[in-house]
Amino acid sequence: MATITGNLNERPTPARRGTSSLQRLGELAIESLIRLCGYSAILFVFGIFFFVFREGAPMLFGGLDLLKFFTSTDWNPVSKTPSYGILGLLAGTASVTVLSMALAVPLGLGAAVFVSEFCSPKIKEALKIAIEMLAAIPSIVWGFIAYMMLNPLIIWATGAPVGLNVLNASIILALMSVPVIVSVGEDALKAVPDSYREAALALGASRWEIVYRVLFPAAKNGLLAAVLLGIGRAIGETMAVLMATGNANQIPTSPLDRVQTLTATIAAELGEAVQGDDHYRVLFVIGILLFVIAFVVNLSADLIVRGIRGKQNA
Amino acid sequence: MAPQTYSICTRDLNLWYGDFQALKKISVDIRASCVTALIGPSGCGKTSLLRCFNRINERYGNVRTTGEISILGKNVYDEDVSLSELRKTVGMVFQRPNPLPISIYENVLFGLRVHTRHNAINKSQRDELVETALSDVFLWQDVKDKLQSKATLLTLEQQQKLCIARLLPLKPRVILMDEPCSALDAEGTQAIETLIDTLKERYTIVIVTHNMSQAARTSEECIYMLLGEVIEHGKTKTIFLKPQRKETEMYIEGRYG
Repeated sequence: MATITGNLNERPTPARRGTSSLQRLGELAIESLIRLCGYSAILFVFGIFFFVFREGAPMLFGGLDLLKFFTSTDWNPVSKTPSYGILGLLAGTASVTVLSMALAVPLGLGAAVFVSEFCSPKIKEALKIAIEMLAAIPSIVWGFIAYMMLNPLIIWATGAPVGLNVLNASIILALMSVPVIVSVGEDALKAVPDSYREAALALGASRWEIVYRVLFPAAKNGLLAAVLLGIGRAIGETMAVLMATGNANQIPTSPLDRVQTLTATIAAELGEAVQGDDHYRVLFVIGILLFVIAFVVNLSADLIVRGIRGKQNA
Repeated sequence: MAPQTYSICTRDLNLWYGDFQALKKISVDIRASCVTALIGPSGCGKTSLLRCFNRINERYGNVRTTGEISILGKNVYDEDVSLSELRKTVGMVFQRPNPLPISIYENVLFGLRVHTRHNAINKSQRDELVETALSDVFLWQDVKDKLQSKATLLTLEQQQKLCIARLLPLKPRVILMDEPCSALDAEGTQAIETLIDTLKERYTIVIVTHNMSQAARTSEECIYMLLGEVIEHGKTKTIFLKPQRKETEMYIEGRYG
C-alpha cells in the first residue's frame, strides 16, 4: 500500500485531472504489473541459480574432491564407495558439441549468407518461415528422429552395431542449432551498411567476392556471436541427446562411439537419486557447471555483439 | 567526330523503375578528358543517368532500360560486356564517402585484388601503387604513417579522397561522381573540387551536383535535366550566361528546383 500512495504522490498529473481516481488506480496497477513482468526475468535467473546452487553447495564445498571430479572418468555414484568423476561426461558433451558445430557452422552461415544476400525476397520469406519452424520443433521430436530414422540410417551407412552415438547426436544437435545461427547470422549481415556492398560492386566485385571480401570482415563479430549462441544451444540440449547418444560414459575415440553428456546424466539419474544425499547433490554440482558454461558462452556472445555496436558508433 | 572525342554516348536511353519512367530518350555525348556536370532539380533523373553508365542501377531488380550507351565506343548493354570489366573502366564515387571497413592500404588495393590474380603483383609494387594513388589525391602526407589503420576512422573529407584514390590503381577512363561533396563541409568541398581539377586531364569526369556554383566552378560542360529529359547540354559558360531554353534559365536563376 505504501508504495502505491508513494507513487500517486510522485505523479500528480494535471493533464489527467478529469479522470476518476479509479481509472488512475487501474492505470497504475497495469503499469506496475508490466514493470514486474520486465524485472521478473532478472528475478528468475537469480532464483534458478540460487536454488541449483543451494542444492549443490553442501557437496561442492564439502566432500567433493574437485580435482578428481574433473579428471577422473570413474562415475559410479551408487556403489558402496561412490566415485564422482565427470571427465567422461565432459568428453561426451565436448565431442558432441564440437562435431555438431563442425556441421552446423558451415551450414548455418551458408544459409545466412544465402538468405541475406543471394535469394529473392519471395524465397527469403519462405526460407525464414521454414527456419523458424525448424527452431520450433520440440526436442523430444528430434529425439524420435534420432532414434527412429538416423539410428538405422547410421547402422546402414557405417556398419556400426548401434546407430546411437556421437555422430547421431551431433547431426541432431546441428539441425537444432542451425536456426539460431541462421537468424543471428542473417541479422549480422543485414546490419552491414548497404553502402559497403555498393562500393565493392562499383569496383567490379562479384556477389561472392562481396561476401568474403567485405561482408565477412565487416560482420565477423556478429557471425561469431551467432556461432557462440549455436554452441550454447548444443551444450544445453538434453532430451534429444539423451535419446541419441547411446548413453555410455566413456571418452570417445571415434564418431561412432557411444557417449553420455552432462545434461543427459542429470536427466537420467536425478529421478533415482535420494533427495539430499551425495549423488543428488553432485548432480546439482553438474547443474552449476552447466550454468557457468552457458553463462560464459552467452556473455561472450553478448559482449561481442556489444563490441560491434560500440565500434560502429565510434 | 573522331571516336576519342567522346567518352560516353547515349542513344534513346529510356529507364523505368517498375512502371515509373525515370529517363526519357536520353541522347547525349559526353566529351573525353573533361568535367561534365549533370544538373537539375531533385528527381529529374540525373543520378539515374549516372548510375546507368556503370550499370550499377541494375542491382535493384525492378529496373528496365532500353536504348544504347556506348562507353569508349563499346555498347555497355552488349551481351559480351563483363560488368566487372566495365566497372574497372568506369569508376564511381558516391554521395556519402563509403570506404570499406578494412585498412586504408587495403581499401586502395581492393579493386586490384578483385581484378588480378592472387600474388600477381608483389609487395613493393603494391606499396608503390598505394603511395601513387594516395599522392594523386593529396592524402599521402596525412595517412602515410597509419596505412594499416581502419579507413572508416578517417575524417569525411579524407574518406572521400580515399574513395577516389581506390579507383586509380584500376586505371579507369571514366570517373562518375554522385554529389561527392554533399556530405562534406566547405573546406572538404574545396579540397575535392581542387582534386577534380587535377584529375580532369587524365580522366573523363561526370559529376552530379545540386550545387549550382559547384557546377560552375568545376565543370566545362553542363547537362541540364528536368523530369527525366535532357533540356540543354552545352558549355557551362553558355548554360549559365546565355541559356537557350526558358526552363534552364529559370533553374539557373534559382526560380525553382
